[in-house]
Amino acid sequence: MGVASRFILRRRGGKSWHWTDIVTWVWLIGGLIIMFGPAVWLAFSSFKTPAALAEFPPSILPYVTSQATVQGYDKPLQLFDAKMPDGSTKVLAEVRRIGLVAQMVDPKTPGEIVRVNINDRTPVRSVSFATENYTTPFTQFDFLRYLWNSVFVTVTATLITLIVNSMAAFALSKYEFKGRSLAMLIILATLMVPLSVIMVPLYSIISSLGLFNSLWGVILPTVATPTGVFILRQYMLTIPDELIDAARMDKASEWQIYWRIVLPLTAPALAVLAIFSVVWRWNDFLWPLIVLSRRELYTLQVGLSIYSGELNVQWHFILAMTVVTMIPVVLVFIFLQRFITTGIAGTGLK
Amino acid sequence: MSTTSLTDRLGSLLMAPVHLLMRIIDIPLRAVQKTTGIGGMAAVFLAPNMLIFGIFVLLPLVINFVYSMTGGTAFFLSERQFVGTDQYARLFQCANYLDPMSCQEDAFWTAVGNTFWFVILQVALMIGVSLITALILNRDLAARSFWRAVFFFPVLLSPVVVGLIWKWILQRQGLLNFGLYQFGIEPYTWLTDRNWTFIATIGVSIWAHMGLYTLILLAGLQAIPKDLYEAAEMDGTKPARVFRRITLPLLMPNLLVVVVLALIKAVQIFDEVFVLTGGGPGTSTLYLTQYIYETGFASALRNPGLAAAASILMGLVLVVLTLVQLGIGQRSEKKGKR
Repeated sequence: MGVASRFILRRRGGKSWHWTDIVTWVWLIGGLIIMFGPAVWLAFSSFKTPAALAEFPPSILPYVTSQATVQGYDKPLQLFDAKMPDGSTKVLAEVRRIGLVAQMVDPKTPGEIVRVNINDRTPVRSVSFATENYTTPFTQFDFLRYLWNSVFVTVTATLITLIVNSMAAFALSKYEFKGRSLAMLIILATLMVPLSVIMVPLYSIISSLGLFNSLWGVILPTVATPTGVFILRQYMLTIPDELIDAARMDKASEWQIYWRIVLPLTAPALAVLAIFSVVWRWNDFLWPLIVLSRRELYTLQVGLSIYSGELNVQWHFILAMTVVTMIPVVLVFIFLQRFITTGIAGTGLK
Repeated sequence: MSTTSLTDRLGSLLMAPVHLLMRIIDIPLRAVQKTTGIGGMAAVFLAPNMLIFGIFVLLPLVINFVYSMTGGTAFFLSERQFVGTDQYARLFQCANYLDPMSCQEDAFWTAVGNTFWFVILQVALMIGVSLITALILNRDLAARSFWRAVFFFPVLLSPVVVGLIWKWILQRQGLLNFGLYQFGIEPYTWLTDRNWTFIATIGVSIWAHMGLYTLILLAGLQAIPKDLYEAAEMDGTKPARVFRRITLPLLMPNLLVVVVLALIKAVQIFDEVFVLTGGGPGTSTLYLTQYIYETGFASALRNPGLAAAASILMGLVLVVLTLVQLGIGQRSEKKGKR
């Protein structure tokens, strides 16, 4: 323990505490709370019943009030810790309440009624996870459909991105031809054409291609990413040309060279692009919002925003579905974050 | 041992149809290669990407200008009538140029004003916070990659999730009010207050994006030669002076790139704000992208031509910012060569 804490609290040069050490640790611990806290709070809240969500001040863990079925009563009765006149406390079930006095019974001896002042009792609560917040939107609303749409868009768009971008990167890194630098320039220039600038004409193009209200209308405009071409080309430039020349000697076709030699060697860069692409496409919002107007076609992001914008927001469902929407990204964060951070630090692109 | 061979066999089984497909594709491509030669295959490989690119990026870019010079509510260009520069004139028609509310399109000018203040405040605060975080992460920390990941986490979250997380925290029974309640402050409905909503959009977008800029700045800090700091320590230089004389000048190229990058992103702010506030209350958090979206698609009186004109004006700002970025990049490259 001593070694661990000394290691973690290691200071500059091992001298006495400098004010910068204090600032560092306040900043880091504060950062930990501010960065993770909101998401964790959301996750905890997603397991609460609507009644618990409406409580103020809120509890951290999801509690429900306990109930018990007592002999002689049809409905289950709510349980309370009641303070008895002799000072002891007993678990009693409430039969009815009249003004400030509650008529209660001991579940073990249902015959006799005890009168208790309502200030002398507190509800018995136990931790309980309201998993119906998760199951109801899937079974009774369209969220299973939205989940499927999101998965379909993400997987399809990522596969097409990988194929199309790697082909272009192969052409731009391994061939000498007229107009190569022009093609590269056009691709890089479109880095500065964001969706918000071209959304009106893009919508008309999608409509005239018959892709309005189609998941393909969401997928196609996103797949020719300049970032992807750029990352893959930089990587392919490091593959020695001799490998390709040797394959040509062996009468391999250009397609075979691309498929059997260049692509396997580009695997690390393809992995980085795949991770990026999955996160981008999963998180896309504005474009699907424009293209998809039929409910059964919504992606998770669009479905969530529409449901949360309704007048009568059912927060318990929204919170649970937000957690579901977060899951793939959290998995990427836990297992693949390393690839993304080195990818960004290396290229400065996101 | 047997499990690895099993997964290998499973993998090759799954890949078998892919390999077959690639072989089938190879047959026509070989024929193409015979006629075009090896060099001609470059065009074949480039074609799919450039085709998608042309249809979904370049073509819209060009016809956006045509759009901005047509009127009406129809979306197909053939059904729209030419109106010249009327849409631009409409955006700029004001009774009094000092008062945006007197303009015909007051919503546009409200969005421009909101976006302007948002961009200035958000970028300044975010770069400040990111720089401090990067400086702290650059110290001799245990488990540095863990701490780096902590600040990076929200960058991966979708804007819709970010919006909902904070909507949940800022609502009346939310965590913020609970925290303040501990200090005896009464619960407040933050998202119905014009000023607080504006501040909330700034804070939330900083929370969501600062990790990215921290990462880039940290990479810049780590590229500064260590011996400079060792020399400064030997001379007994104060930390503040080391920062001003060594860190800041050497980090400047990265810092400028990050500022421009953040400006470009901030001008286009939409998703998380749309979910968090919907542009309200009133028009207090109506930003440019939302104005374009609503003018073009959402409102009953939609006017795609006007939206196109507004988007071109926004595009111009972005082009200027990108050119600045490219200029900075080239200057620092030249310096590096010297």
